[in-house]
Amino acid sequence: MFSRSLSLTHLAGSAALVAFLAVPAAAETSVSLGLQQEPTTLDPTSDATAAIDGIVTHNVLESLTTVNEAGEVLPDLAESWEISDDGLTYTFRLVQGVTYHDGTGFDAEDVKFSFDRAMAEDSVNPTKSIFKPIASVMVIDPHTVEIKLSDKDAFFLFNLSRGDASIVAPESVEANKTAPVGTGPFRFDSWTRGDRLTLVKNPDYRAADSVAMDKVVFRFISDPAAASAALLAGELDAFPGFPAPEMLPQFEADPRFAVTVGSTEGEVILAMNNAKAPFDNIEVRRAVNLAIDRAAIIDGAMYGRATPIGSFYPPHGPAYVDLLDKYPHDPAKAREMFEAAGVAGTTMTLRVPPFPYATRSAEIIQAQLAEAGIDAKVENVEWGFWIDEIYKKQNYDMTIIAHTSPNDMGNFARGKSYFYGFEDPEFTALWDAISTETDPDKRNALLKQGQEFLTDAAVHGFLFQLPALGVYDARLQGYWTSAPVLYEPLADLSWAE
Amino acid sequence: MSYFLARRLGGFLLTLLAVSVIVFAVMNVLPGDPALTILGIESTEDARAALRERLGLDAPLAQRYLDWVAGALRGDFGQSYSFGVPVSELISERLPLTLSLAASGMALTVLLALTLGIAAASRHGRVGDWAIMLFSQLGIAIPAFWLSMLLVLLFAVKLRWLPPGGFPGWGEPAAALKSLVLPTVALALVQSAVLARVTRSSALEVMRLDFVRTARASGLSRRRILWRHVLPNALIPVVTIVGLQFAGLVTGTIVIENVFYLPGLGRLLFQSIANRDLITVQALVMLFATIVVAANFLVDLAYLAIDPRLRSQKA
Repeated sequence: MFSRSLSLTHLAGSAALVAFLAVPAAAETSVSLGLQQEPTTLDPTSDATAAIDGIVTHNVLESLTTVNEAGEVLPDLAESWEISDDGLTYTFRLVQGVTYHDGTGFDAEDVKFSFDRAMAEDSVNPTKSIFKPIASVMVIDPHTVEIKLSDKDAFFLFNLSRGDASIVAPESVEANKTAPVGTGPFRFDSWTRGDRLTLVKNPDYRAADSVAMDKVVFRFISDPAAASAALLAGELDAFPGFPAPEMLPQFEADPRFAVTVGSTEGEVILAMNNAKAPFDNIEVRRAVNLAIDRAAIIDGAMYGRATPIGSFYPPHGPAYVDLLDKYPHDPAKAREMFEAAGVAGTTMTLRVPPFPYATRSAEIIQAQLAEAGIDAKVENVEWGFWIDEIYKKQNYDMTIIAHTSPNDMGNFARGKSYFYGFEDPEFTALWDAISTETDPDKRNALLKQGQEFLTDAAVHGFLFQLPALGVYDARLQGYWTSAPVLYEPLADLSWAE
Repeated sequence: MSYFLARRLGGFLLTLLAVSVIVFAVMNVLPGDPALTILGIESTEDARAALRERLGLDAPLAQRYLDWVAGALRGDFGQSYSFGVPVSELISERLPLTLSLAASGMALTVLLALTLGIAAASRHGRVGDWAIMLFSQLGIAIPAFWLSMLLVLLFAVKLRWLPPGGFPGWGEPAAALKSLVLPTVALALVQSAVLARVTRSSALEVMRLDFVRTARASGLSRRRILWRHVLPNALIPVVTIVGLQFAGLVTGTIVIENVFYLPGLGRLLFQSIANRDLITVQALVMLFATIVVAANFLVDLAYLAIDPRLRSQKA
């Protein structure tokens, strides 16, 4: 009896302790978000790391335009704009009364400074190509800027929303690498490298009343198991960009969490080296397309959480055409074609970068190709090696990679020196038409043609669209589930009652 | 200085020299261009060449090696490619956490191992002995990262007594200590399993010796015999293993820091590898190697202190 009553007391005691410790901290105005990758610097205009945009862009630093979750362009630091009839002159009216976090004022000179800096000869802007169409930037008055283009650019306003086009101030631009100063709803507070980064609300923000969070803490957790434990333990309120699809079921089964599966701009492709035998032969590329079974790849590599693609365009986009049936899974037919082309029984390499979507897909594709008579040797290579050997030197047969930039069908017009090794004057002309067509309907019609062209030419095996997986506290609201751009504004985040 | 000590010191320095050559060579034959990784794949060849020059990557290999060693001896490990700050700054930011973790892990390891080892030896062949040996067998078999995950699931996710990871900084001492508990336990459980076995067999060996029988016959208490007579004499092999384990412990922190996302040197090493920040990787690998080699050297010195026979050895 003694031991029993003792254990009961213990039980009651630890139950009380657990209840005490389990009370969530006052979380009404702060939120902690997990990120897998930690940036090394914080200036999106000088470094391409996606994690920088995830933290800084449109939260700390703003741009002339922004986009919503559907990818539609909206005003930001530019409250409105006019486009000349020839499509070459853009006149932006800037929001008035905006100040930077250090108290300095924002005006047209800052816009000119930011663009001139990004376009300069010695600029280290990671996406310099988006500034290429710009001929000049002119200050008309403190609240008006005129930008002249040398060529029409259908994606100009969209591109202006990106972190690469952030509006920075000459007074603070040097400090932006470690402590960015912008005009956004949050200001940079502190960064403990290797652990966390904190943003606090900017009380002087022009729409400060609508911002619910006083504090946003980013925690850097690269290990998927640790990320999942941190969520379960209540240490994190959310993990947008959750790295492990196989761990989602436990969160889906738990009413404390909301699991979101959205879309990104990332097309995952089985790239074939079009410049090299045997993939310079369209019949061989078509045979590869017949040999692969997208459903099995998605089931095995992504635990079913991805949308198959039949060409190089995101399924959520307005110009999407379903071309999945163009090459139905048919290993017997693929084998025949490989035999006809004289490549059956040959060995080729499939060099994959160290990302789970790629390594897992590779093994399944290897099995599928084997079924069609091709012996694909999977080589898992390190990222630096991939960039060097595959991207730069085109030294590969096949690889698997996600292309995460929006509007990047232009890759196929980059000529033989791009790692696809693909060049076709007909497609290049088509892309020129797409990228200069400013009428959305006409442009979408051209984009559809582009997709059909690429699928018909079987340039690559088009596998699936990379999903945006997220785990959120069920009471959190106002976040994006899809990722049309690299950034995600936090100003709308709030806690439900 | 005895011959023993001189030989060991020479060995220590030569090993460090060899390690520095190997580390430098390995870092410089790895494929991949740091300039390309830093500037991104859309950078121009001109920009990359300029960066390589600024980083000193265009100098001859031997020159770069000498510059690196000379700098390292002054505590200057160069500028991190990815963070853009001196590597020594990154290291000094993170060293205290790794050292705290290694020290607390070592302390708990020794405490657990000596207690369990002596307890098992004194219950030789009985249930207690068997249970302790089973525990240590498990400890040897279980990988540290898996044990860490189990501890997190139980104490952080289920019971919510301790944080699942992270480190708030020494500014909040209570929270900082709390966040070191699970990583320390995870480190120590695995390490002490090996050490407990060594302690046990060494103690059993000593207990068969004559002087123990004498002590027993003279009526000393069992506890006193164990702690005053058996333990000190059983320590020599234990010290060797502790020295070797210290190396294992420091490298163990690399795994543990990543599982518990602690901002220490191990995490920095992982990040630097991912960012292709070779100059930082180079400094960290050298630092870890130095710690391991130094630990072995200290073991030798400890022998000298424990075993008087070595002190009188002459060349």
